[in-house]
Amino acid sequence: MTASDETAPAEFAERARPSAFLEVRDLKIHFPTDDGVVKSVDGLSFQLERGRTLGIVGESGSGKSVTSLGILGLHNRQNARVSGEIWLDGQELVGSTPEQVRRLRGRQMAMIFQDPLSSMHPFYTVGKQIIEAYRVHNDVSKAVARKHAIDMLGRVGIPKPDQRVDDYPHQFSGGMRQRAMIAMALSCDPELLIADEPTTALDVTVQAQILDLIRDLQEEFNSAVIMITHDLGVVAELSDDILVMYAGRCVEYAAVEDAFHRPLHPYTWGLLGSMPRLDRERSERLMPIKGSPPSLINVPDGCPFHPRCPYGELTGGKADTERPELRELEPGHKAACHLPLEQRREIWNAEIAPKL
Amino acid sequence: MSGDTTVSTSKTIQDAAKPAPEPAPEPRPQGEVMLEVDNLGKHFPVTAGLLRRQVGAVKAVDGVSFSVRKGETLGLVGESGCGKSTTGRMIMRLLDPSFGRITFEGRDITKLSRGQMRPLRRDLQMIFQDPYSSLNPRQTVGAIVGAPFRLQNIRTEHGVKRAVQDLLELVGLNPEHYNRYPHEFSGGQRQRIGIARTLALKPKLIVADEPVSALDVSVQAQVVNLMEDLQDELDLTYVVIAHDLSVVRHISDRVAVMYLGKIVEVADRAELYERPMHPYTNALLSAVPVPDPSLREGRERIRLQGDVPSPLDPPPACRFHTRCWKAQEICKTVEPPLVRLSPGHEVACHFPENATVSETDTVAKAAVAHGASPDEAPLADQD
Repeated sequence: MTASDETAPAEFAERARPSAFLEVRDLKIHFPTDDGVVKSVDGLSFQLERGRTLGIVGESGSGKSVTSLGILGLHNRQNARVSGEIWLDGQELVGSTPEQVRRLRGRQMAMIFQDPLSSMHPFYTVGKQIIEAYRVHNDVSKAVARKHAIDMLGRVGIPKPDQRVDDYPHQFSGGMRQRAMIAMALSCDPELLIADEPTTALDVTVQAQILDLIRDLQEEFNSAVIMITHDLGVVAELSDDILVMYAGRCVEYAAVEDAFHRPLHPYTWGLLGSMPRLDRERSERLMPIKGSPPSLINVPDGCPFHPRCPYGELTGGKADTERPELRELEPGHKAACHLPLEQRREIWNAEIAPKL
Repeated sequence: MSGDTTVSTSKTIQDAAKPAPEPAPEPRPQGEVMLEVDNLGKHFPVTAGLLRRQVGAVKAVDGVSFSVRKGETLGLVGESGCGKSTTGRMIMRLLDPSFGRITFEGRDITKLSRGQMRPLRRDLQMIFQDPYSSLNPRQTVGAIVGAPFRLQNIRTEHGVKRAVQDLLELVGLNPEHYNRYPHEFSGGQRQRIGIARTLALKPKLIVADEPVSALDVSVQAQVVNLMEDLQDELDLTYVVIAHDLSVVRHISDRVAVMYLGKIVEVADRAELYERPMHPYTNALLSAVPVPDPSLREGRERIRLQGDVPSPLDPPPACRFHTRCWKAQEICKTVEPPLVRLSPGHEVACHFPENATVSETDTVAKAAVAHGASPDEAPLADQD
């Protein structure tokens, strides 16, 4: 392995203003606590163009949601330490004042949360909440905003939107609430849409409806979408690119085809091996990853995945001591692993792929 | 009627099922019936006003019948609100059924009192969904896992502590964790503690209600594997309740699909996933996202419209007709009986998918026997 010590962040530092629509550079979000610093996100970089979908995959506690909240500037600066750069359409967000970010939020970037019941205000009607969001960013009369809200509710497939607009969130079913949430997020035509586990709380048939809706709306609005989920099936359905997170870091970044058919990181192999699949013959046994995800206060030395990695020993102790950098191994395909590329390809083809 | 794979929704249907071709040979003759559920239902009353008069009922489970054989795993799938958990809780007698009968090892347990149930609790155990709320945070692991011994007054050969430590080892935990508290464990480990407690009294039947849905993907697989190993080792019988169709396919021998309090289809695993007959099963299967981007295009998808109707006022006759793309007049007037179409495959639908001509005929005859006029019933009328 040729050791090029140039890391991705160092490369980026040379060019200031990025060409990509959204560019995150070496984003770090740390939370100091009594027990130590929780490094929820620890040096994350990626780019996203308009009209594209990036899927961020990882287990709970891998830092996916913290990343999305960081992009939206929703962390309390009192207790979160955010560093790095986030460029959205030529504007840097980490260094901006909260007021500047607030003006962008809702208009240029919007978020769909996981649990629509707890993220909508129970005291106001659905319509009122959409109208409020719309009027904050657009100087229009209440009547116009209301018409817009009804329009949006109709767009996301809520039946009789002119009546349902005056309903309260609890009068909606789970799927409809999520639709209303999407209507609210899209009411100002945002260029960046972040969906944080948008379908986890929903049933599969409703999930399919919502995924269709997000896909259609993306085509219509040509927005950039970040899809955060733990479900590899959802990512495979929707994403163009995939970012696999583990312990606050990106361990693999690839186009969706590569990530599923030629993954280069043992953690990605583990994820693929541990899920039962309907599109294959039933396997006798699943291949779980041993152990459980690490605490973000005490991230293991070296490769954070090494205590759970079945191939860690093949690196001759390197995995225990040295943190692997994210390297571009093939055009557009990055992975952070010490194993030589050839050996990884071999393992994937011989040991992992046939068992999936 | 012999209990094997006998599934019917109500008494009249049993007549309807008679014209079925022949008493088909049972696919899995081994293992006697351990649990039999017959026309089981649970209606939760809805009250209103000062006098708490009953104004309606949530028909959470409305007449389900199935049987579970020794050593097998029955998967119970459906969307939220279909009554699968209520069914599981009734089997455990944590909820009292409104009607119907539960027979466990030949004994009717429907009406047993708490005291009478207690000795049976050794044989019937449950794994809960949420490993965070199902363990008492103020008790040590030793106390939690040892509780069943205490409650049942069971003497163990080398003392309770030793028995608990053996159990912890069995489920893949370190026996030295005996004195720790639940908060010191991760979600997957807690689920293992729950399983250890479940196994303490060597139960025969375990009802697992969403045993892995609260866990991370990589940990899910560990627990699924553990459950399978324990089944082989201890000769357990499972009823697994889950909404994840891929997990159910992996773990079950037979699968029952529920919709709005009714069973719409029961079949052996391979049969159900390869030849789903009820339109709802087809829709469910096609809605599961597949982790293979190359299948993104070209996959035929069935998109159901709208949401599941309220169980307060379920649609008449076939409950799925409001969302079904094959629904016709008859679906709104005559309830489709659960008919056995091939060995180990039963469907409640007037217009099953993937059916042969003779199977369609069987369905039509059953519909006629169930009250449909012969013109309505689609005799040999297959596209």
